[in-house]
Amino acid sequence: MIRSVRRTRRMLRLAGAGAAALISLSACSSSSDDSSAGGSDTSGSGSPKLSGSVTVFAAASLKESFTTLGKEFEKQHPGTEVSFNFGGSDTLAASITSGAPADVFAAASPRTMAIVTDRKNTVGTPATFVRNQLEIATLPGNPGKVSSLKDLTKAGLKVVLCDKTVPCGAAAQKALDAGRLKLTPVSYEQDVKSALTKVELKEADAAVVYKTDVKAAGDKVQGVEFPESAKAINDYPIARLKNAGNAPAAKAFIALVRSAEGRRVLGEAGFLEP
Amino acid sequence: MGMEDRVRRGGEVSMEGEVRTEADPARVPTADPAPMTGTDIPVEARPRAVGEQGLDARLVVDRGDFRLDVALTAAPGDVIALLGPNGAGKTTALRALAGLLPLTGGHLRLDGTSLERTPPESRPVGVVFQDYLLFPHLSALDNVAFGPRCHGAGKAEARAQAAAWLDRMGLAGHAGAKPRRLSGGQAQRVALARALATRPRLLLLDEPLAALDARTRLEVRAQLRRHLAEFEAVAVLVTHDPLDAMVLADRLVVVEHGHVVQQGTPAEIARRPRTDYIARLVGLNLYRGQAGGHTVRLDAGPSVTTTEDLSGPVFVAFPPAAVTLFRDRPTGASARNLWRCEVAGLETHGDQIRADLTGELPLAADLTTVAAAELDLRPGASVWATVKATQTHAYPA
Amino acid sequence: MTSLGKPGTVARPRTGGPRRRRARGVPLPLLVPGVVALAFLLLPLLALLVRAPWGSLPDQLTSAEVWQALQLSLVTATAATGVSLVLGVPLAWLLARTDFPGRRLVRALVTLPLVLPPVVGGVALLLALGRNGVVGQWLDAWFGITLPFTTAGVVIAEAFVAMPFLVISVEGTLRAADPRYEEAATTLGASRFTAFRRVTLPLIAPGVAAGAVLAWARALGEFGATITFAGNFPGRTQTMPLAVYLALQNDPEAAISLSLVLLAVSIAVLAGLRDRWMTGA
Repeated sequence: MIRSVRRTRRMLRLAGAGAAALISLSACSSSSDDSSAGGSDTSGSGSPKLSGSVTVFAAASLKESFTTLGKEFEKQHPGTEVSFNFGGSDTLAASITSGAPADVFAAASPRTMAIVTDRKNTVGTPATFVRNQLEIATLPGNPGKVSSLKDLTKAGLKVVLCDKTVPCGAAAQKALDAGRLKLTPVSYEQDVKSALTKVELKEADAAVVYKTDVKAAGDKVQGVEFPESAKAINDYPIARLKNAGNAPAAKAFIALVRSAEGRRVLGEAGFLEP
Repeated sequence: MGMEDRVRRGGEVSMEGEVRTEADPARVPTADPAPMTGTDIPVEARPRAVGEQGLDARLVVDRGDFRLDVALTAAPGDVIALLGPNGAGKTTALRALAGLLPLTGGHLRLDGTSLERTPPESRPVGVVFQDYLLFPHLSALDNVAFGPRCHGAGKAEARAQAAAWLDRMGLAGHAGAKPRRLSGGQAQRVALARALATRPRLLLLDEPLAALDARTRLEVRAQLRRHLAEFEAVAVLVTHDPLDAMVLADRLVVVEHGHVVQQGTPAEIARRPRTDYIARLVGLNLYRGQAGGHTVRLDAGPSVTTTEDLSGPVFVAFPPAAVTLFRDRPTGASARNLWRCEVAGLETHGDQIRADLTGELPLAADLTTVAAAELDLRPGASVWATVKATQTHAYPA
Repeated sequence: MTSLGKPGTVARPRTGGPRRRRARGVPLPLLVPGVVALAFLLLPLLALLVRAPWGSLPDQLTSAEVWQALQLSLVTATAATGVSLVLGVPLAWLLARTDFPGRRLVRALVTLPLVLPPVVGGVALLLALGRNGVVGQWLDAWFGITLPFTTAGVVIAEAFVAMPFLVISVEGTLRAADPRYEEAATTLGASRFTAFRRVTLPLIAPGVAAGAVLAWARALGEFGATITFAGNFPGRTQTMPLAVYLALQNDPEAAISLSLVLLAVSIAVLAGLRDRWMTGA
C-alpha cells in the first residue's frame, strides 16, 4: 500500500511539474504575443506609446540597481512591465543561446557577452555601460584579520570564489595572477550572489565579490579593498537581443540604463563609470 | 492408526458416546478425583503443593469486556487439554502462560518459580503454534537449532541437537528442507521438535492438529500422543476438537466465556457433562431439573423417570442412541419416559440418521436409515419418543 | 475473456484475421494515453543517445574531471545509502512496530524531505548543521567539525533527501510482515533484538534492498541540497549532477558525455535488480 502511495506521489509531482512547465511556457508565449501586438505599431516615430512586458537577463551583481531602474521604467511608461532574470552571466548566456526568450542581456564581462554575439543573437554592437571592481567581503568585524588579497591564502581561512567561468571568478583569477598568488577556495560558486550569501550566512570567512555586492550587503559583511583589483576590472556590456519580443521597449530600457538617470543609480550602487 | 490407538488405551472411544478408559499401563497412574460437589465450578481436588514441580497458575486477564479467570494446576508429565468453544479464552490463557500476554491478576508458578513478570524469552516455556510459524528463511534443521542457539549453544552443537530431535521425529531426511517444502504433518513435527529442543518445563500447543486434513490428522494425533507421553514436564494443549482432547490429554479443562465450567478426566466429562456445550461435544442429550426420588421434573417441562434416587437440582443425560421413536403412541410399553415430538431436522451421522426433535422435550435421536424410512420421517412429521429409565443418567448439578 | 482468445475453438467469426488478439483486451482510452506517457518518458533518454557525441566520447570520458566527479558521486551515494540503512531501518521499525504518542505526526515529518524542494533542504541543513547553525555551531566549537564544503557534507545532504525513501519502503514491508514470527522467536528464547536480527531482518530483506536501491538512486542524482550545503569543489564536493550542470554552460558536449555516464550507471543498477524493486517482497 505504501508503494502505491509513493508512486502516486511521484506521479503527482511529475504531473505538477509538467503542469507548471506548461503554464510557464504558455505564460511566456502569451506575454511575447502581447508584446509583439503592442510593439507592432512602432517604426521609429518620436516617442511611441510603449506597452507590454520586457524581459531582461542581467548579471547577478546588477540585481539591486536594475530592479530600481525597472521600477522607474514602469513609472515612466505606464502599461509596461519589466521582468528580470538575474544569475551568473555564463548561465544566462547559455540559456539565451538555447532559445530562452529575452529582450535585453546585460553581462558582467565581454567574454560572456561574446557567447551570445558569436551566435548572432544580438542586434547591433553591445555597449559598455558600467564597470565593476572586485572587493573582498569578510565577516562583520573582520575576525580573520584580512587586509589584503594575500591574507586570503592564510591556512584555516574558508574562502569562497566564483567559478572561473563566471565573470567575477575570471576577474578574481586575473587579480590573483597579478599578485602571483595561489588560492584554493572551499567552493566555486555559480554566481556572485551565492558567494556573497555564504559569507552572510557565516559559513565562509571571506569571498571575492564586487564592490557593488559589498555595498548592497550593508552591514552583513565587511569590505576589504585590495590593489590587485585594479588589474581586473570588468566591463559590463549591454545589448538588445535579436529575438526580442518587444523591441521598442527593449531599446527604451537600454536607453534608460545608459542615460544620466541610469548612471546615477548605478553609480550609487558602487559601479564605476564606463 | 486411530483404532490401534484406542485399543492401546485399553478402552473404547466413540464420537458421540462415552469414553470409557480402563487403567492405561502406558500412563502414570493418577489419583481418582473426588466426587463432584454441588458447586458450579468444581474445586480441583488433586493435591498440588506450591513450591514443588509442576504448574500452579491462576490466570486473570482483563481485555475490555472480556475477562479470563482460569485456574490451572498440573504435575510434571501431565497433559492438560483446554477445551471450549471459539472465543472462550483458551488461546488467551495459552498466550498468558507463554508470556505473550501480561496477567492482569492471579499468579503463575512453574516448578516453584514465579513467572508473572518474566518476559517470554526467559521463561522455560515452549510453544507449538497453530500454523507452526516455522521461520521461512531457515531450513528445518536451523529452525530446530534456533532455540538452542538462543540459549547459548554454538552453531555446530545446536545443529547436532537439532539433528537428534529431527531423527526422533522421523524427519532425518528432511533436515535441509525449507518449511514451504514440508507437508502439513512434517511441518507439525518440526514445530514440535523446535519447541522441545529448548527442553521447556511447560509445553504449550495451540490447536496442534487444526491445520491438518482429516487423513493426516489421524496419524499425527497418534504420533503426538506418543511424544506427549514421553514428555516429562507439563503439557497444556488448546483445542476445540473433543477427540483431540480425549485422545491426547489426561485431564480436560473446559473453558466457556473465560471461566472453567468443568474439569476432570475425559471419562468423567463425557459421563457427566455440566453444560450444553460439553454435552453437544460428547454427543449427549442434557437437561437440568429438580429431582424428587426417581422422578426429575425438567426445567424444560416434562418429567423423566430415572434409576437414580436423588433430590434437589440435578442434570439428566442420555445418548441419542438410547432414544426410540414411534409413529403412533405406543401402548403397553415399559418405557415410562414418553414424549410427543416433531421432527425439526434430519442429517446423516456416520452411517445412521440423527433426528433433531422439538416438541414436549427437545431431543436428538439416532436411528438407522432403514428405521427412518419405515417411520416415514420427514421434517414436520410428528413422532413419539421414548427413553428407558435405565439408559438415563442423573447426577447432582 | 481468456478462453475466447483461442482460435479454432470458438465457432463465431473473428474480427479480422487470427492474429487480431492483441488489442482486444486493452481499451483505447487507456492505450492511447499510456503510449503517450511512454513516449514522454522515453523521448528525452532517446534524444540523449541520439545527440551524443559518440566520436569524441572516449576523450571526454577519460578526462580527469569526469572520473573525479563520477568516483565522488559513487562514493557519496553509497555512503549516504549506508547512513540511511543504519539509521533508517531502526526508525522504520519504531514506526511500524511500536505505538508512541504522535507517531502519525512523526511519520508525516519523516516523509517531508520527499516533497520538499531540494534547495530548501540544503538551506535548512545549513541553518542546522552549518558553521553557524543550531547544532553546527556546537560541533564546530567542541569538536572542530564543520560540515559544509566537505565530502561529509555531501553525504549528509544526500542522506537527508534519500533516507525517507528507505524508511517508507522498509516500514511498508515491516507492516506486511507477520509479527508472529517474532513472537515465536521470543518463545524460543530470543530477546527482542535477537528476534529482529535473526528473524525479522531476513524476512524483510527484499524490502530493505528495494528501499536501499531507491535511496541510492536518489542520492546519486541529488543536486540542489548538495550545491547549497556542500558547495562546489572538484574532487571534494563536485558530484556528477553538479559537473553536468557546470559543463552545460561551457562545454555542452562534456555535459552530454557526463549525462550518458550517469544514465548508463542508473540503467545498470535498475537492470541488476530487474523489477524486484517495484514489486518489493
